[in-house]
Amino acid sequence: MAIEGLERIVRAHPFFAGLDDSFCKLICGCAKNVRFDAGQYLFREGDAADAFFLLRHGRVALEVSAPGRGSVTFQTVREGEIVGVSWLIPPYRWTYDAKALDLVRAIAMDATCLRQKCEADHHLGYDMMKRFVPVLVERLHTTRLQLLDVYGTPA
Amino acid sequence: MLPRVARVRRRRRDGPQVWTLDIETGETDTATLPGQFNMLTAFGIGEVPISLSGLGESSAASQRLLHTVRAVGPVSAALARLGPGDALGLRGPFGVGWPMAAAAGRDVVIVAGGLGLAPLRPALHHLLADRGRYGNVTLLYGTRSPDDILFRRELEAWRRRLDIDIEVTVDHARSGWHGHVGVVTTLVAHASFDPQNAIALVCGPEVMMRFTINALRDAGLTDDTIYLSVERNMKCAVGLCGHCQYGPTLVCRDGPVMRYDRVRGLLALKEI
Repeated sequence: MAIEGLERIVRAHPFFAGLDDSFCKLICGCAKNVRFDAGQYLFREGDAADAFFLLRHGRVALEVSAPGRGSVTFQTVREGEIVGVSWLIPPYRWTYDAKALDLVRAIAMDATCLRQKCEADHHLGYDMMKRFVPVLVERLHTTRLQLLDVYGTPA
Repeated sequence: MLPRVARVRRRRRDGPQVWTLDIETGETDTATLPGQFNMLTAFGIGEVPISLSGLGESSAASQRLLHTVRAVGPVSAALARLGPGDALGLRGPFGVGWPMAAAAGRDVVIVAGGLGLAPLRPALHHLLADRGRYGNVTLLYGTRSPDDILFRRELEAWRRRLDIDIEVTVDHARSGWHGHVGVVTTLVAHASFDPQNAIALVCGPEVMMRFTINALRDAGLTDDTIYLSVERNMKCAVGLCGHCQYGPTLVCRDGPVMRYDRVRGLLALKEI
């Protein structure tokens, strides 16, 4: 797909709302369109976190495997949201599996390419951090609520 | 204050340790409002407040009420064991219900957590029975796991309707589940309603309600349009004993449904 098409898609994605034109051009140099069929994995726990995904269509289940329990889904992510934050933080390794629940269309961002651009341009790096930190905080917050097991039977 | 003797007509399992009792009251004209509660007595064991979860098929001779009970203590476990023909004590209905009149003409966002769907079920019946009076109706329901989903068949039937949006999420699931996973608060941002002309009804564990209120406020709802059902230790149910005191209010008399702006300062208080 032409870069102009990617720019239009990236700019329209809620995660990149209000993105500066020059940053958009830089980011789109690291972007490509991807699709996953239902049941296909975007990535697996332990793999190198070499990308993150802007979901355009479909839903993705984030799973961890536990002995005796099989795969447990702890979150689903849908259109308009992102999958993957481990690319930001060393050692850049996925800590869960991400599986397409139905046909998924996404923009994959090459993490190595993006990290290099963020290092070279700290304004871009800061902009990216401002977008990712709320996602991290939201996920920490929801995980805390899940850990509280508020629907559990009172002791 | 004396309970009248009522009888269980039917009993239906609605979840793990959760049973819905279809109760014949023996009376004909007790007016009930969605969100109100009755005091139910398991004879020889004790009395507990249980919200109405619906109306049964009343006849000219006797009104029938539905109560959904989770067997967690001696009284609720005894009630949950009652079968057709068994007697129980019933006092009520008590308390302030959901603001159905205030909801007319507005979008209605219902957020339920776990067993909190039961007290909201009569409100949903009310909305759907007179659907044209309301704007968009949305139910956001969160629970622990797919096995814990209450009123599953009814939820599926509602989902088939074209005039109500229903989103169900669970805190965690095995691979076979294809619905949402995540806390119910995350559904609020995706719900379709006009915050300038909407009302929210919230019921569930208090922690869940606190964070749901934050999400509703972030979505633009004002404090005076958010209603929640508060749970406290109710005993007399008529505002005399003080067991259910909640700051300056008594939940049995002034609640259980309360407007958020009136209890905002109380929700964060650990001491009450």
